Amino acid sequence: MSTEYAAYTTGDPIADTKAPGGPIAERWDRRRFEAKLVNPANRRKHRVIVVGTGLAGGAAGATLAEQGYHVVQFCFSDSPRRAHSIAAQGGINAAKNYRNDGDSVHRLFYDTVKGGDFRARESNVHRLAQISVEIIDQCVAQGVPFAREYGGLLDTRSFGGVQVSRTFYARGQTGQQLLLGAYQALSRQIAAGNVEMHARTEMLDLITVDGVARGIVVRDLVNGKISTHYADAVVLASGGYGNVFYLSTNAMNSNATAVWRAHRRGAYFANPCFTQIHPTCIPRTGDHQSKLTLMSESLRNDGRIWVPKAKGDTRPAAEIPEAERDYYLERIYPSFGNLVPRDIASRAAKNVCDEGRGVGPGGQGVYLDFADAIRRMGRDKVAEKYGNLFDMYERITAENPYEVPMRIYPAVHYTMGGLWVDYDLQTTVPGLFAIGEANFSDHGANRLGASALMQGLGDGYFVLPSTINDYLARHPHHDEVDDSHPEAAAAVRETRDCLAKLLAVDGDRTPDSFHREIGELMWEYCGMARTEEGLRKALARIPEIREEFWRRIKVPGSGEEFNQSLEKANRIVDYLELAELMCLDALHRAESCGGHFREESQTPDGEAARRDEEFGYAAAWEYRGTAAAPVLHKEDLVFEYVHPTQRSYA
Amino acid sequence: MKLTLRVWRQRNTDAPGAMASYEVDGISKDMSFLEMLDTLNEDLILRGEDPVAFDHDCREGICGACSLVINGDAHGPERTTTCQLHMRSFADGDTIDVEPWRASAFPVVKDLVVDRSAFDRIIQAGGYITAPTGSAPEAHATAVPKPDADSAFEHAECIGCGACVAACPNGSAMLFTSAKINHLNVLPQGSPERETRVLDMVARMDDEGFGGCTLTGECATACPKGIPLPSIAAMNREWLRAVRKG
Repeated sequence: MSTEYAAYTTGDPIADTKAPGGPIAERWDRRRFEAKLVNPANRRKHRVIVVGTGLAGGAAGATLAEQGYHVVQFCFSDSPRRAHSIAAQGGINAAKNYRNDGDSVHRLFYDTVKGGDFRARESNVHRLAQISVEIIDQCVAQGVPFAREYGGLLDTRSFGGVQVSRTFYARGQTGQQLLLGAYQALSRQIAAGNVEMHARTEMLDLITVDGVARGIVVRDLVNGKISTHYADAVVLASGGYGNVFYLSTNAMNSNATAVWRAHRRGAYFANPCFTQIHPTCIPRTGDHQSKLTLMSESLRNDGRIWVPKAKGDTRPAAEIPEAERDYYLERIYPSFGNLVPRDIASRAAKNVCDEGRGVGPGGQGVYLDFADAIRRMGRDKVAEKYGNLFDMYERITAENPYEVPMRIYPAVHYTMGGLWVDYDLQTTVPGLFAIGEANFSDHGANRLGASALMQGLGDGYFVLPSTINDYLARHPHHDEVDDSHPEAAAAVRETRDCLAKLLAVDGDRTPDSFHREIGELMWEYCGMARTEEGLRKALARIPEIREEFWRRIKVPGSGEEFNQSLEKANRIVDYLELAELMCLDALHRAESCGGHFREESQTPDGEAARRDEEFGYAAAWEYRGTAAAPVLHKEDLVFEYVHPTQRSYA
Repeated sequence: MKLTLRVWRQRNTDAPGAMASYEVDGISKDMSFLEMLDTLNEDLILRGEDPVAFDHDCREGICGACSLVINGDAHGPERTTTCQLHMRSFADGDTIDVEPWRASAFPVVKDLVVDRSAFDRIIQAGGYITAPTGSAPEAHATAVPKPDADSAFEHAECIGCGACVAACPNGSAMLFTSAKINHLNVLPQGSPERETRVLDMVARMDDEGFGGCTLTGECATACPKGIPLPSIAAMNREWLRAVRKG
């Protein structure tokens, strides 16, 4: 089975990304000028479905409604304010150069392309850097309470892997404050009747008519009712798929169902193996662990990372003298020190733990020590900067980080892969757009800190509302689609069948037990470091787990009620297919790149070796059926402005 | 640890509910309260019983989804969200009562899940600054004094969990509503809509069936984010000011 799946075929390369030509700084202006517009009087006749209410979805829903479109929006939470963007801690980048420290749009563009290890599309990244400055203006106008200086102006800080101070923040709750800004803008449009909001409603399928996205199938999570909604365009802002690993920093309900079912309906899935492992999470305490908690990497600005020099040193941190500590990031990467990019910090932590020098239960942790920062800045200043993070750490671990060093370990945090989109953020299904973490985005193979919030809001407030105009103007749908249409009826039938099948098995294993099993397999073989052998093992194992799932899954209750076990099981159905594609993508990409390290592809001194000649492309996969080998379409990446170099942070 | 849980079970909004007892064993002190409930639910599923429904999502104290009354206290004995409460706060052999938020404006959906959409409607009534995308001036055009920015932030920290309502003997939403009003009204950007905001939000709050405030202070005691009680006084001042201005 697995050998057949791994024997994928290569289809036509992606010929047109719709990115305009000309000087890169003028491309976004050019695209906006060439785009057709929809007459303001006609906009209310257009319905647009938006799935998700995080930074991207909330911003897009509010902005499209402000423009006059009729928006129909969905979220699975009880309120649009709870989307997982809310948990982002550190900050949001913008090339404002308020510090006069040499920042510019071009530098943010350059840093993002380089940070992404040359696997992102230059035109998109440059647009993101340009828009970054408008995002800050927009958020401030909405009342987002960013940190300020005593003079009343905005404060900024430098953030993971960057040498300028361009990150705006609201203590350790930047995501929360930005999301509340978008949520409030959306609330204004809900009150005005321009957005029809459906909370506690989950998208379970995409409805295409003659290959064009025209609607979605949803389940009301309170009463289990399946219904359909139709529109002139569908926007997916449903977030990332990190929960395929079971343990991640994602919220418990974050899932891949919307993007995966869109993929099954024809949307290519790009770079699924590009996942980001975040270096600063609280280590797990046992098998009961349900999720991992991130500690903002802004902590690396002032905290020093170390482990004992000796293996198996179990003395408490305070009893280990300075000379017997290994500040390994400062030692290996003297110019960046503790601020090396996420993937490097994560892998280095794994390496020292694999050497037997890890600390805490099970040796799966490294110290993040603030003793020097407290001596230098004083405890009050440290508390002002990181107080809420320290409190959170203490609540979870019952250890006081002002007195003993924090323990941290890497965890899955973000997925750079996602639905393939063109410059207009349109997928390969006409009329289906993907924004925010749901698309394969602008981060290439590795996302820089404080860039996810920027991209989510950039897509939602500025990019999509401009580009979707062009689509709607060129494709005015005059035909009405309803449930009697064969393709709509088929989507509804398949949705119902899947739920009925889950309920009918009545086996002897819980949804969580399968989720944990697939997650552990992915962490082991498709995590920070990968080998061909391991990936082949995973590819052989996944179909077996899938087969067992459909034989032994137990879902209590019925489909016509509030049933959280059914929701969970239905999401696992998609993880069991997505996991396979992730492993295949990882297997085919026989290079070390960005967030992932391929053990067969390293330099003599053990650093990641990228192979641009063979893999300088984005891999967009076309679905051909469960367990059927997918088709690879390559988007060649051309670098006209930032020339690929091997990253060096020494 | 071995514990006895007494949990509120209710099939749906219209069905009658009752407390049901469950024994859980092998509970680690490192588990969060919700991980303890996960353990119970895994057992219930395998025994062919209906698992206990409860709202939860981020499990790091920021999304505001989790909402349990534990031994009579909203979010339990520590000043935090339920998801950040750990079993080390309990002792082996304890009996723990677990109930949903109790307030007439928050009807029970199932078991421990309640409908908090009334909070969304309060925000929709005026909990925003009208700033359509693209209309924003340069971010540094208006300086905001640091004390005002800090005060706005302190109120903006509200996670909308509803513990304030659950803790209040009157089921009042004054602390929630005041947090948003004080976040926005203290900022120069929020000033043009200052009066309509407080009048419309307070009117909506009353319409939703939340009770009045008798300054019991239970709300601020239960608030996992430390929204201060004087926030309500500040809202009352804003409201009086707006009414007088007519």
